[in-house]
Amino acid sequence: MAAASKADAPVPLFSRLIVLLPATLFVWFLTFLPEVSGGAVLTWKVSWIPQLGIDLSFMVDGLSLLFALLITGIGSFILLYASDYMRGYPQVGRFTLFLVSFMLAMLGLVLSDNLIALFVFWELTTITSFLLIGYTHEDAAARRSALQGLFVTGAGGLAMLAGFILLGQAAGTYSLSEILANPDALRGHADYLPILILVLCGAFTKSAQFPFHFWLPNAMAAPTPVSAYLHSATMVKAGVFLLARFTPVLGDTEVWMATLTIFGAVTTVYASIIALTRTDLKQVLAYTTVMALGACVMFLGAPTRAEGGDPSIGLIAAVTFIFVHALYKAALFMVAGNIDHEAGTRELSRLGGLRRAMPWTFAAAALAGLSMAGLPPFVGFIGKELLYKGALAWPAEPYIAVAAIVAAKVMMVTVALLVAVLPFFGAQRDLPKRPHEAPITMWIGPIVLGVIALFGGLLPDLTAETLLLPAAAAVMGYQPDYEVKLWHGVNIPLILSGITVATGALIYAKRATLLAALSRGVAALPLTGDRAYDKVMVWLAEFAAWQTRWLQGGVQRRYILVVFMTLGAALAVTILVRDALVWPLPQVSANFVEWGVAALIVAATISTLLADSRLLAICSLGVVGAGVALIFLLFGAPDVAMTQLLVETLVVVIVAIVLLKLPDFRGEKRPTSAGRVRDALVAGVVGVCTTLIVLSVTAQPPQRAITDYFEENSVPGGFGRNIVNVILVDFRALDTLGEVAVVAVAGVAAYALIMLRPRRRSGKRGEETGT
Amino acid sequence: MEPIVAVLVGVLMAASVYLMLSRNLVRFVFGLVLISNAANLLIFAGGGLTRAAPPLIASGADLPASGVANALPQALILTAIVISFGLLAFALVLAFRAYQELETVDTDAMRVAEPREDAAELEETPRSGDRTV
Repeated sequence: MAAASKADAPVPLFSRLIVLLPATLFVWFLTFLPEVSGGAVLTWKVSWIPQLGIDLSFMVDGLSLLFALLITGIGSFILLYASDYMRGYPQVGRFTLFLVSFMLAMLGLVLSDNLIALFVFWELTTITSFLLIGYTHEDAAARRSALQGLFVTGAGGLAMLAGFILLGQAAGTYSLSEILANPDALRGHADYLPILILVLCGAFTKSAQFPFHFWLPNAMAAPTPVSAYLHSATMVKAGVFLLARFTPVLGDTEVWMATLTIFGAVTTVYASIIALTRTDLKQVLAYTTVMALGACVMFLGAPTRAEGGDPSIGLIAAVTFIFVHALYKAALFMVAGNIDHEAGTRELSRLGGLRRAMPWTFAAAALAGLSMAGLPPFVGFIGKELLYKGALAWPAEPYIAVAAIVAAKVMMVTVALLVAVLPFFGAQRDLPKRPHEAPITMWIGPIVLGVIALFGGLLPDLTAETLLLPAAAAVMGYQPDYEVKLWHGVNIPLILSGITVATGALIYAKRATLLAALSRGVAALPLTGDRAYDKVMVWLAEFAAWQTRWLQGGVQRRYILVVFMTLGAALAVTILVRDALVWPLPQVSANFVEWGVAALIVAATISTLLADSRLLAICSLGVVGAGVALIFLLFGAPDVAMTQLLVETLVVVIVAIVLLKLPDFRGEKRPTSAGRVRDALVAGVVGVCTTLIVLSVTAQPPQRAITDYFEENSVPGGFGRNIVNVILVDFRALDTLGEVAVVAVAGVAAYALIMLRPRRRSGKRGEETGT
Repeated sequence: MEPIVAVLVGVLMAASVYLMLSRNLVRFVFGLVLISNAANLLIFAGGGLTRAAPPLIASGADLPASGVANALPQALILTAIVISFGLLAFALVLAFRAYQELETVDTDAMRVAEPREDAAELEETPRSGDRTV
């Protein structure tokens, strides 16, 4: 790896000291344990945008505390690990900043009590993980993986935001604790299905469920500490966390159970098959992560109460497995990083016999691997037994659930052997580096996590009472009365466990032939998510190019056409949707003079349109302006009429002067006749819609509130008897100042345009004529 | 009278849109003049039309006589007239200078900022006036 050459560079002090931050937070969160495991929910709130019901508020219950402890606890070891692993990498400070930012965002996500704040933290984890995956940004593959993760999880996040807003509207509050306090309000709501689909989009993309799973293995482009942290224990668990969080309000419906079970089961089986076909240690672990996420999603689909009102074993199993998986997966990723770092390769085919050179790493791998394989007395065994029990208690088609989870678990045993046994036993082969043990900072973390997994299993009461059952209570919505035990006697789950371990070991023993056949089968799959992603990205780019060409073709008429087509469509749709059509037409009361003025304006407008000579067109324009001035005069606006007449005169004079310098209409380029028909159509639609809007507006009596104010205050407040003038120079004097400024700027700009000719250009023109 | 003004606004609007869509910069300027007239009339009609009663307060009185014209749209239109005059003056100078530099008033040929990418544009455009390529 790149770091190898500078492996003896000193470790910066800050990358050691920063470990204190998560460690302190971890201890602080530990102090919440007694209260929260007693069933208390602690909240803390700062108003942020109270008008919109958006608060920065935090909630600590069993579920969020379990996640907070995992995030800070594992985070401490990861930062410690990274301080040595990243030695010699460029810009370690930046890396540490990203990692700590990610950790805080993740903490915010799990502790947030407000849906919008939760979304913000959710997107912050997306952005920080983008920065972390793309950390080695000179590498094109890393950049692609980072962008892929950003797009997939970002798109899901946006869908989730829409779901949150619907959910907040439906529940009448954006506060999670208030939503959770009224769990039955949403299931019967008319928007339940859209909310569910949108929220699931967010959760499934983030937690890499099939068919969105492909970004997670690609994210292994990140340095190993990132993989160990984000892609095992934290970020990818955010989707699972979200599902667990909403189980009390959205769960327990048929569509919830069916969707989660199917997606979870497909993901878990598919990913465990792919995991076996990979030869890169990190890739294998990445696919087992997808498998674990699938299992979590699948078991979150369990009903919150078993038949007869007993606590749901499926949900307890899901929560337990989250805990079990976080422990062993973070440890195994760190082990993989150690092997990579100290032996120089992660290829399974080249690894072997490292047990003597790396005893501590081997010990950590063994502890974590045993937990992963689900052997007693590790907490992984409890997790697996619970999964089997939960699957056996499935409300519909339990055999499918059992088959899926047993198949996945069999392959987990094989993978555990591949990861924890294969690199350490057998003959040592030719390695790029002479292997030696990693520094203590890099093996202490996995060892401690492995030991926790061991004691978690040895003391099931303690683990369950303090951590797992309070978390399960938050998921189920009630305190479960359930005893988690290591030894349940000989029962069906135990028999299944025996079969699982034996089959897994058998596959491991026969891996040479079996896995090769499996790899060939997988390679024959026609379309993977990764390739589909590429196709979608190409299509998106082509669509954007096409749209830009159409909307911004570079021809002025095209821009104007787009603007007025949009205007026409917006007006027409508004008139139809708001039912603003005035029918029958109102009575027209107008005298002879008024009819005459109207006819004059129409005639002059038509004359402007059809004029062959510029002078006729300009004169017609003047007539239109004078006609409008007459309307102002007739209807009580002499000031306006006067101004209009003066300005119109000026316009005619100035336009005439300028136009004499421009070519006349002879030989002008016109649009084609088809183009003119289209232009006339757009113009007609805009004109008709404008007329309809004015009709609809004038059918209502005008709002006179502001006018009344001006009329009442004109004399006492402005000391003027011409109300229009008082408005202009007194009530709205700032507007008038702005208007004067606009005219002044226009005048200056026009003057500049005329007077300041670029000398360079005229010189160039001279050269052109010269050649 | 309101329905008549409504139709007038529509006619002015349609004429100005049609003129703005033509290829000739001169006609575009004509469209600009018409559209500001249309907008002013629209605001005027929106405030309600009152015959021959300007919003004035008789000396000695504190309030205008009941039924005078709505003063607010008049104030708005006065501002609008002046602003649109400024806009028109600037547009005219811009058109004039564009003609001086490019020697054409055909907007399809004015492609200095966004040169042609491919031939599949709106309609076939002669490139004689296009001095920049």
